[in-house]
Amino acid sequence: MMRGTWIICRKELNSYFASPIAYSVMALFAFLFGLFFYISVTYFMQYSMESAMQGRSMPMNINEMVIRPLFNNMSTIVIFLAPMLAMRIFSEEKRSGTMELLVTSPVSDQAIVVGKWLAAVILYATIIFVGTLSVLFLFLYGKPDWKPVLIGFLGEILFGSALLALGAWLSSITKNQIVAAVASFVLFLGLLAVGWGAEFDTTWLGSFRQYLSVTSHLESFYKGVIDTKDVVYYLSLTFIGLFLANRSIESLRWRS
Amino acid sequence: MIKVEGLTKRYARTVAVDHISFEVQKGQIVGFLGPNGAGKTTTMRMLTCFMPPTEGTAEVAGFDVVKSPMEVKKRIGYLPETPPLYPDMEVREYLDFVGRLKGVPKSEIAKRVKDASEKCSIADVSTKLISKLSKGYRQRVGLAQAIIHNPDVLILDEPTSGLDPKQIIEARELIKALSGEHTIILSTHILSEVEAMCEHAIIIAKGKLAATGTMQELKNRKEAGGSVIQVEVEGHGSELNPADAEQKLAGIGGVSRVVLKHREGNAATYEIESPSASIRGDIARTVVNAGWNLNEMRSLSMSLEAVFLELTGTQKKVAEAAADQVAETDGDPASNEVSSEDKEGKQ
Repeated sequence: MMRGTWIICRKELNSYFASPIAYSVMALFAFLFGLFFYISVTYFMQYSMESAMQGRSMPMNINEMVIRPLFNNMSTIVIFLAPMLAMRIFSEEKRSGTMELLVTSPVSDQAIVVGKWLAAVILYATIIFVGTLSVLFLFLYGKPDWKPVLIGFLGEILFGSALLALGAWLSSITKNQIVAAVASFVLFLGLLAVGWGAEFDTTWLGSFRQYLSVTSHLESFYKGVIDTKDVVYYLSLTFIGLFLANRSIESLRWRS
Repeated sequence: MIKVEGLTKRYARTVAVDHISFEVQKGQIVGFLGPNGAGKTTTMRMLTCFMPPTEGTAEVAGFDVVKSPMEVKKRIGYLPETPPLYPDMEVREYLDFVGRLKGVPKSEIAKRVKDASEKCSIADVSTKLISKLSKGYRQRVGLAQAIIHNPDVLILDEPTSGLDPKQIIEARELIKALSGEHTIILSTHILSEVEAMCEHAIIIAKGKLAATGTMQELKNRKEAGGSVIQVEVEGHGSELNPADAEQKLAGIGGVSRVVLKHREGNAATYEIESPSASIRGDIARTVVNAGWNLNEMRSLSMSLEAVFLELTGTQKKVAEAAADQVAETDGDPASNEVSSEDKEGKQ
């Protein structure tokens, strides 16, 4: 299991980083994130200048005013990014017939699914890490709290892994990458939209919707808190995605 | 090496493979023959553990495909109909990956990649991207992929489909060369391929086993029913009298019937029927001794085509239809035709 997972994962990473797609996605993400970073830092400077002139002595919190909104923006970009990364995980192999090579090799189906998903998570982590390098500038000029930054990053990775697992499943049910991408995007958007306005709904349905919402669980991470409830949410979503992907690969054996 | 008993695969509405049983001994090279849609690929997929059988058992190298698929997968090299290649990988990188995937120990990988590349003569393209390779090279990379872990059994699904004639000959020679170390099953719907490469054939039609046996056994089945030989005779130096020629040919011992098929200039084509197969020498001698040229002589119904068509139920009037088939399709001309030069040279 471990051996197979690692072989598949390594091959996937090699082909990711040998193709220009990984780098262009990385550049696009870094550009978007840099833009958000620039805007929020400019806004923060303006705001702090104004309050200094008005003689307000309340210390400005850079974590709350710059880093948290940035992470929030990042999770929105990830909703768009994850389908792009996940769409080809299985559909490409199904289309080109290489799936037949993988499933007739002495590796388990689980190793194939986990190996491919893991490689996508590593690529995703690299992309958001490169994008968030700009946050390091804040440490040069200010003294932000580093704990919410690291834990927020961890939350972002858990969030992305869950989306990639679901995306891998949707990619495994079709040979067409575009279909896979659209299906994952619709699913992710649904998981996001289910929480919209839920905080104003005080019934049980409101809290249920808030629990389902894929971004509501990120809040505690951004505050620098690792809440077991939120970790469990993302891990179970990941597990569901991988489980469904595994079943879908198994079903190739009796359907095709 | 391979033992299949009552193997069946049922889909929702159709039965793709229906209670097939056969055995393949170690070191044999076996042709798996059948028209398109007969269930060849499905059977191969069950042998390679791609899909489980609905009923029946299959054993490869002593391991059951359902009970111990991992052991079977380690011992099988499989080339599907479209070679499973990653276009964005280099040939060497790809073979390295497949080697690891198939469980070749780390220390042996480099050596195995080199061996397989040399055997399949792809060493010269080892640093090329697979997407840049021609169809023939891709097929060879596919073969190299199948033998990388030195499997006991090789399963090749239509290994020569889509290749040009030169590449087909190369691929056949390569597969023949591999047969010493591996037990090979190859599927095809081209008969000349089986005649050129295999010692044994398994013929299936509509999911059912139609016949198994050595090539000679299969051919003998047909020869027992008599043979039809087509000859073209041409007058040499003088006008050919077709009636005279017909009479001479009919006079050969063992000939039951002679039919004049058509005339063209100074030449005439006859079909000679005989219950025994060994009258070709007599015919040649008769024609040449009479002072005529023997332009062409070929056997019509003795070929595997006739056996195949009869067994797969495609044709009823075997001799007639087979005659057309042989003349028109890509039947291997070398094995069916005796050119006039060859014949005269022997005289």
